[in-house]
Amino acid sequence: MQLLDIHEPGQTPVPHQEADVAVGIDLGTTNSLIAFSEDNAPEVVRDANGKGMVPSVVAYPDGANEPVVGDLARATILDDPHLVVSSVKRLMGRVLADLKTISGTLPYEIAEADEGQDRMVRLIVGEKHLTPVHVSADILRALRSRAEASLGKPVSKAVITVPAYFDDAARNATKDAARVAGLEVLRLVNEPTAAALAYGLDKGSEGVYAVYDLGGGTFDISILRMEKGVFQVLATGGDSALGGDDFDHAVVERFLAERRSETQSDELSTGDLKHALATARLAKECLTSQDDGEWILGAGDIETRHRLNRETFEELISSLVDRSIDICRDVLLDSGLGAEEIKGVVLVGGSTRVPLVRSRVAELFGQQPLADIDPDEVVALGAALQAEALTVGSDTLLLDVIPLSLGIETMGDLVEKVVPRNSPIPISRAQEFTTYQDGQAAMMIHVVQGERELASQCRSLARFELHGIPPMTAGAARIRVTFAVDADGLLTVSASEATTGVQQEVAVKPSYGLTDEEMVAMLKESMEHAKDDMQARVLAEARVEAERVLLSVASALEADGDLLDQSERAHIDQAMSAVVQACQHTDRDAINQNMENLELATKPFAEKRMDRGIRTALEGVNVDDLKQKVEAGQDETE
Amino acid sequence: MQYMTVTEAAAQRVKALLDKRGKPSAGVRIGVRSAGCSGLSYTLEYADEQGEHDEVVEDHGVTLLIDPKASMFLLGTEMDYVEDKLQSGFVFNNPNEKGRCGCGESFHI
Repeated sequence: MQLLDIHEPGQTPVPHQEADVAVGIDLGTTNSLIAFSEDNAPEVVRDANGKGMVPSVVAYPDGANEPVVGDLARATILDDPHLVVSSVKRLMGRVLADLKTISGTLPYEIAEADEGQDRMVRLIVGEKHLTPVHVSADILRALRSRAEASLGKPVSKAVITVPAYFDDAARNATKDAARVAGLEVLRLVNEPTAAALAYGLDKGSEGVYAVYDLGGGTFDISILRMEKGVFQVLATGGDSALGGDDFDHAVVERFLAERRSETQSDELSTGDLKHALATARLAKECLTSQDDGEWILGAGDIETRHRLNRETFEELISSLVDRSIDICRDVLLDSGLGAEEIKGVVLVGGSTRVPLVRSRVAELFGQQPLADIDPDEVVALGAALQAEALTVGSDTLLLDVIPLSLGIETMGDLVEKVVPRNSPIPISRAQEFTTYQDGQAAMMIHVVQGERELASQCRSLARFELHGIPPMTAGAARIRVTFAVDADGLLTVSASEATTGVQQEVAVKPSYGLTDEEMVAMLKESMEHAKDDMQARVLAEARVEAERVLLSVASALEADGDLLDQSERAHIDQAMSAVVQACQHTDRDAINQNMENLELATKPFAEKRMDRGIRTALEGVNVDDLKQKVEAGQDETE
Repeated sequence: MQYMTVTEAAAQRVKALLDKRGKPSAGVRIGVRSAGCSGLSYTLEYADEQGEHDEVVEDHGVTLLIDPKASMFLLGTEMDYVEDKLQSGFVFNNPNEKGRCGCGESFHI
């Protein structure tokens, strides 16, 4: 029981004031957002222009310590493509061996393996070799400082969303990135689940929901079952190269074809093409609310006009939208459900604003999709709600589930699943296995993760051997293998032989190849930089302040310099040039010292200016007038 | 029925604290605000003067001023003073409380 003291009026402390601020982060392939929730009212943190989305693009300019994140980085892609990293999310948790399946379309240079195929991929950026974790951490750090600047409080905890299909390695890589960025991950939440949370579906009735997520460059469809407030992912599907950007391309191709036939030339610079693409994007956005419009392409000296109405636009993108709808059908088939069994459809991603997308989705599922919440922000908002629930407390806690099944390899490259996917964690499951050969004295336990039936097609998590099995005929030994997953998702596997009690245990670490030492080194690096960053910042602040003061002294001298005699003037000039000189060096204390001198030197001048100011104001005024003036002044202020 | 009651121990302690405060007080103001992990928490403060709509309760020689916004939450509450080896302080025994958060710093109705 809390005991209370009597406080002075207004001084009663707020309970749990020390509670940390927790935010929700949508770490996207193309764009990222950060949101904060208070009293169940989540809001996206915006910059001064009201923009909430931060492009997930990081630039590492030559010679600069600090990476540049967001719009600025994206703006430099065309100039310095080799110094800019985008879409890094696709590489999260991937090792070199994985890349064979996804490379070819990736806009990065990957470092050659020097220590085998199991190491995490490294990107070559200028002269640096960076891991995807490092790049993601830079994005998270930028988001974090944006939230801190806006909330005025330190932010140390976060709920981060990940795609439903992310495996353990990709999830752990995301967690590591957060750790490097100084954020404690309260929980990783599946993106479709976060969207469902933002709509409060967890409080609604139980049933199956679909989340249709069409972003700038990727498409995902997820089927979720909500049961007792827990969302389980029944099936997911998608296309990592289908999105709103493709709509823009379809429009720009039409514009350029029209232009060619009109001007009989197709000479366009890269800059012109970029401009044309931006125009196409604008056209797409306009046609969301308008029925038609006209756009002008002004490349070179020739301007061409292009009319486009919604009907034609829909013809242009129809096949793209159909592709997404086909994937939805496949996924529904996978989940064994009919479209009529879906209780609700949630739209996520900016491209779902396009009316054709909405009508096609509505047609497929036989109902109007939920779209009241900004589809660009809905995931971040759901994550923020979950962050609030986890820190402040709420009765709608989301349970984490195991994203992919865990099992062991048995004879013949087969997988015996011990913990099925979507089991809520923490969980502990045991299963008995036996020997395969007469007199077998040891057994290899190979822990794998995945849904495939063959062990070689699943991700290998760990291998260990259980020795000391007494000689028995094949099939007589009883070996109990226990899988335990704790609340943080870490897996421990133990095996014991029943007759002798021999036991072996292994804690499974994500095997995507970031060693503990590397992790520590990265953390240390970020802390070491923290000090430099801080010093660089105070120095910059001192310089800015000095500049401001110099300017105001200069303008004062301009206005009232005649008040000073020569020696006074020389004194001030000297103090000013001392400040200017100090600013050219990096010693902040010297700047501050010279600033103080300047202040002392200008003090008599300031007093003289003040006197003159008052004299001018009172000139030609007699005492009675003055009294009236003062009273009038009071009236005005009242 | 008294709006709120004060135990003898609490009254003694309030008087002692008011004496120690060293400036004239109109009493002790009790309020409720929404804070903490369970919804509401009590505020207990010296009152320099009586508010216009304060509910005034006199018991065992001390004056309690109840914030009008809090009056609905506090009906029938007993204010007590507890002292043990480790800590001492006031507690509210409020029949309206439906539960408290784990640390006891806040409650809900």
